[in-house]
Amino acid sequence: MAKYKMHILICGGTGCKSSNSLQIIENFHNILAEKNLADEVQVIKTGCFGFCEKGPIVKIMPDNTFYTQVTPEDVRRIVDEHIIKGRKVPDLLYTNPENKEHVSDSKHMDFYKKQIRIALRNCGFVDPENIEESISRGGYEGLAKCLTEMTPEQVIAEMKASGLRGRGGAGFPTGLKWELCAKNKADQKYVICNADEGDPGAFMDRSILEGDPNSIVEAMAICGYAIGATKGLVYIRAEYPLAIDRLKIAINQAREYGLLGKDILGTGFEFDIELRYGAGAFVCGEETALIHSMEGQRGEPTLKPPFPAVSGYMGKPSNVNNVETFANVPVIITKGAEWFSKIGTEKSKGTKVFALAGQINNVGLIEVPMGITLREIIYEIGGGIKDGRQFKAVQTGGPSGGCLTAKHLDTAIDYDSLVAAGSMMGSGGMVVMDETSCMPAIAKFYLEFTCEESCGKCTPCRVGNKRLCELLEKITNGTGTMEDLESLRNLAAVIKDSALCGLGQTSPNPVLSTLDNFWDEYVEHVVDKKCRAGVCKKLMQYVIDPEKCIGCGKCAKGCPVETIQRTDYIAPGHKLASFHIEASKCIKCGACINNCKFGAISIK
Amino acid sequence: MINVTIDNKAIQVPEGTTILKAARMAGIDIPTLCYFELDGMNFENKPGGCRVCMVEVTKDFNGKPRRNLAPACATDCVEGMEVLTASPRALNARKTVLELILSDHPNDCLQCEKSGDCELQSLAARMGIREIPFKGEQTTYKKDTTLSVYRDMDKCVYCRRCETMCNKFQTAGALSGVNRGFPSVVAPAFEQKLGDSSCINCGQCVQVCPVGALTLVDNIKNVMDALADPTKKVVVQTAPAVRVALGEEFGMQPGEIVTGKMAAALRRLGFDRVFDTDWSADLTIMEEGTELLGRLKKALAGEPVKLPMFTSCCPAWVAFYEKNFPDLLEYPSTAKSPQGMFGAVAKNFLAPKMGVKREDLVVVSIMPCLAKKSELARQELGNGTDQDVNFSLTTRELAHMLKQCNIDLNQLPEEDFDNPLGQSTGAAVIFGATGGVMEAALRTAYEVHTGKTLPRIDFEETRGFQGIKEATIDFDGFPLKIAVAYSLANARKLMEQVRNGNPNGYHFIEVMACPGGCIGGAGQPYHHGKSDIIRKRMEAIYREDSGKPIRKSHENPDIIAIYKEYYGEPCGHLSHEQLHTHYFDRSDKLEATK
Amino acid sequence: MTKVKSLADLKAMREKLQSNLDVREKAEHPESLVQIKVAMATCGIAAGAKQVMEHMMQKAEELNIPAVFTQTGCMGYCHAEPTLEVRVPGKDPIVFGHVDNNRADEILTKYVQQGELVEGIIPVNYETIDK
Repeated sequence: MAKYKMHILICGGTGCKSSNSLQIIENFHNILAEKNLADEVQVIKTGCFGFCEKGPIVKIMPDNTFYTQVTPEDVRRIVDEHIIKGRKVPDLLYTNPENKEHVSDSKHMDFYKKQIRIALRNCGFVDPENIEESISRGGYEGLAKCLTEMTPEQVIAEMKASGLRGRGGAGFPTGLKWELCAKNKADQKYVICNADEGDPGAFMDRSILEGDPNSIVEAMAICGYAIGATKGLVYIRAEYPLAIDRLKIAINQAREYGLLGKDILGTGFEFDIELRYGAGAFVCGEETALIHSMEGQRGEPTLKPPFPAVSGYMGKPSNVNNVETFANVPVIITKGAEWFSKIGTEKSKGTKVFALAGQINNVGLIEVPMGITLREIIYEIGGGIKDGRQFKAVQTGGPSGGCLTAKHLDTAIDYDSLVAAGSMMGSGGMVVMDETSCMPAIAKFYLEFTCEESCGKCTPCRVGNKRLCELLEKITNGTGTMEDLESLRNLAAVIKDSALCGLGQTSPNPVLSTLDNFWDEYVEHVVDKKCRAGVCKKLMQYVIDPEKCIGCGKCAKGCPVETIQRTDYIAPGHKLASFHIEASKCIKCGACINNCKFGAISIK
Repeated sequence: MINVTIDNKAIQVPEGTTILKAARMAGIDIPTLCYFELDGMNFENKPGGCRVCMVEVTKDFNGKPRRNLAPACATDCVEGMEVLTASPRALNARKTVLELILSDHPNDCLQCEKSGDCELQSLAARMGIREIPFKGEQTTYKKDTTLSVYRDMDKCVYCRRCETMCNKFQTAGALSGVNRGFPSVVAPAFEQKLGDSSCINCGQCVQVCPVGALTLVDNIKNVMDALADPTKKVVVQTAPAVRVALGEEFGMQPGEIVTGKMAAALRRLGFDRVFDTDWSADLTIMEEGTELLGRLKKALAGEPVKLPMFTSCCPAWVAFYEKNFPDLLEYPSTAKSPQGMFGAVAKNFLAPKMGVKREDLVVVSIMPCLAKKSELARQELGNGTDQDVNFSLTTRELAHMLKQCNIDLNQLPEEDFDNPLGQSTGAAVIFGATGGVMEAALRTAYEVHTGKTLPRIDFEETRGFQGIKEATIDFDGFPLKIAVAYSLANARKLMEQVRNGNPNGYHFIEVMACPGGCIGGAGQPYHHGKSDIIRKRMEAIYREDSGKPIRKSHENPDIIAIYKEYYGEPCGHLSHEQLHTHYFDRSDKLEATK
Repeated sequence: MTKVKSLADLKAMREKLQSNLDVREKAEHPESLVQIKVAMATCGIAAGAKQVMEHMMQKAEELNIPAVFTQTGCMGYCHAEPTLEVRVPGKDPIVFGHVDNNRADEILTKYVQQGELVEGIIPVNYETIDK
């Protein structure tokens, strides 16, 4: 095989794919063939690079050039200029928003500077559909090490020593979980990978599965060896077709290479993996609900104990870990617990992948060491708030998390500090909000989500969350009372205290944290009937300033409900009588404001 | 034993005891709603869903307070645990949860069938709920009814008792949780009507429903109208299990036998003749016992014959095997149920005797059962225009009817049934308990087969609450292998054995759907999970049996007489025509009448 | 398809496959490697730059020199093509002109491995090509 002089890495993750990255790949193939360069330049479809804000991403190696927002039409220029002539295409390079300079190397971008990529180590670097690329990066060496050099007890001890905690949200120590399952004797045990990622806007697990499925296959086999299981199951949502494809390819290739199946690496160890598809119910991310769903039962949680480690899938001891947790496992084995435990904080080791979203410049997927501050994430990696607006809050932990404020910006984030601050790690959603966000409305948004996704089994979640939602609706439409605020607080506290599963117990967090941190805003909605962010439509009033109105009538013409009428007042200096908006009929569509060229209409 | 402290009261409990049970041992009654157990009858509903029984664990296994409140019904005690069942925090949560439930409940108690017997109502009263602070949307669903069960899911509190009953106890698989979040409800799949589902009308969902979401189909008005119609003669038959439970509705202790008072009460209501299903139970034994001996004889002669034979008295069981085991329809006895036999005798034999046309004779049955309401509508149990039994009332409906008519059972004298369909034996009365039909059949089959008098009349091996009982009875040298099951989950196990070649070599199997047999039927007074009530009823059944002068069906003089006068012999031509039936493949799950 | 039957197999396979990813691996930390930039404009290609680069890559591998090869545009020394710039970690970059296969070998064995200067150095007055 001829050796390629250059590699072109093109993101084939779901985000970039939907921005036409497959066409980019095809164009590269065609144009390189046309130029007789197909033997010299290799084109690789990789997983997600993380910088989705700037996708599709094309990376040229070995020059380590990082092209952003590439279109299929740009391909010819890249080939002609960069590949053939060795000149970088400046307008496709990332531009530092502060000094407007082009940055060609991802290492020098703020977005990547503070990141440490462990779980995402192969994402955007290897071809996820080629196990050989994974092997050449040391893939399956962790498994080999376990099988040939370590006893299951040693593997568990290593995991415990690493301090790795569950990345699905609750942060249970992974090694301990394995140990509990390993202790239970049974004729069959199961390793279950929870790939039912459900937080709105979160795509950590999807990106790992799309970009580096072999790590998950390897980690599950390691877990199987440690706990004494020969079967692995991946519960993955059917809405992740690409992740499913890549995982299937990885499993098949691993079988072909003898890295799954019977007698792995000649050690006699047997392990294989099957996929189970979920329909995307949020609650099925809860491990008991997930297991019931896999069994063909209604996807709803049951009380623990019994824990899955004792009685899980089909009543057999089962170990459930999330995708990101598994992604850390092979590296911990190859590089050692000591190496891993040096990263992070005292009680939270390693890194965490976050899906950075909201009103922030650099939206995307990031992996940062535990202990990094929110400020570093938001202002350095995230590039600060969009359009220079003010930071207001950051929501972590998805619908189960809480909203933190500016006073928490310098908190070193780990599992415990986030809980102490009134939020949680969760699976890694991170939504940044600025002054245009209304906090009661945000709380309502999350509650609507949990209402929709509640399994309905327990009263506090089934009825309680519905009532919370209704109270928030009252507050945001201006009919709330101070008693409602009290009711809101008590009900939220009772739900937190008495719901059956993690979903229910954490669902009031957005309410409780916004009540704590943004009490004034609630009171404003209730007492002053005002929404300072201008989000709650029912609380807005469109007003025409008669002194500024020249009486042109454009607003009235454009009003869909004909609620703008001419008055008989003519302001000094104007020739025509001004207009007035009859508030009771106004639907707050905003058409008049857009039509007024004289700035006479404002929202109050 | 482990030490726990509940409400500052230290007690010792066995390991594996829940906080709820430990508290009860300490005399502390924590309220519950979804939790439901029939102790010793293999039924437990413990989803931990309603969150009414939440308690505060002030000291957990690790010596620290538990972060969240714990459901007492589903949390096991651990050594050194300290629990407060009525701390301000627990009480506030309990009350709030209850208010939440009530905020999604129609609260139309005055018109509700369950009023006075509703667990939610009692709970609200006990917790002193005076207003419901949460106003908001309420869930509404389509009303639905079968011939036996009426569903008004607006009242459902999602306790899942019915679902557990339907799927775990009966394995009928008709009801399960559907929808997510607020609109979650228990319903048949795909918005089917219950009647078009795999429902077998056993009605146990109604028996365990804490509220008025699942109720019976009320036939009181039909019967009142018939009684008021001067052109009709109305006769009534009462099933064995009714007499040991009806008294509960009038404040008597469970297990009180009210046979004579019941006969008097029915007469006061205006029934023209007051008869007894026990009489036709004796008739059933003659037919079924003879059928069994016939099959055994054939089997011994090496002829092809279907064994084991199953009993066929229980209509929920009949519906169950028609829907689930259409390949095994030749195994059950073809004998009609006692209700069915009574109807056939009444319309064919009694009506001419009374000088009325069959259409003008209204046959009413009083049953512990909801499935009987569906059974009487089966097409083969009528002549096409007139059903053999016209209406079936449950024990609860009879009690309501009596109360409406100002009849207090306590005040009545004991009276006898009318003849000729009134006299019965001890063998008939035990039909009301699991194993009773088997025992009654054995008493007769043994003596008919061997020509000898039974050395002991009581077959202890068929009695009691074990889910599946097995025994081998010495039939004078022939080892007769029998099994007795209640709960259709147990029946399913036996049916699957039969499907797989009957490895245990059973000859005769009795099946009843309900807990403990008919005494735990869905038409009986609500027991609210107090299994002692069912036990007391069973004791009463055997007390009634042992007090009877005649205890074997074939010795009932009226039975002997009717064979002499009318039917000729058991399993003869006329009895085949009138007293036997046939079964249908209902694997399409449609209701029995269709 | 080859099955991996033992740990040794896996290691061998990694060894074999690793060089395929060299281009990417090395690009991750070029500052610790010998960076060689080959001028690959029309003039360079016409003078045989392509063939020289291929030869040099092979030689570097033979000699076990951790080098990363990139191509670049015209350096402006059309008279001296093929030209290439060599940057050894810790040293200033040096541009060589008129590089053929022999000189390429020399650059690797003498300059890179032993630090001896070889003929053909073009003096340059800028820090590096193409920032």
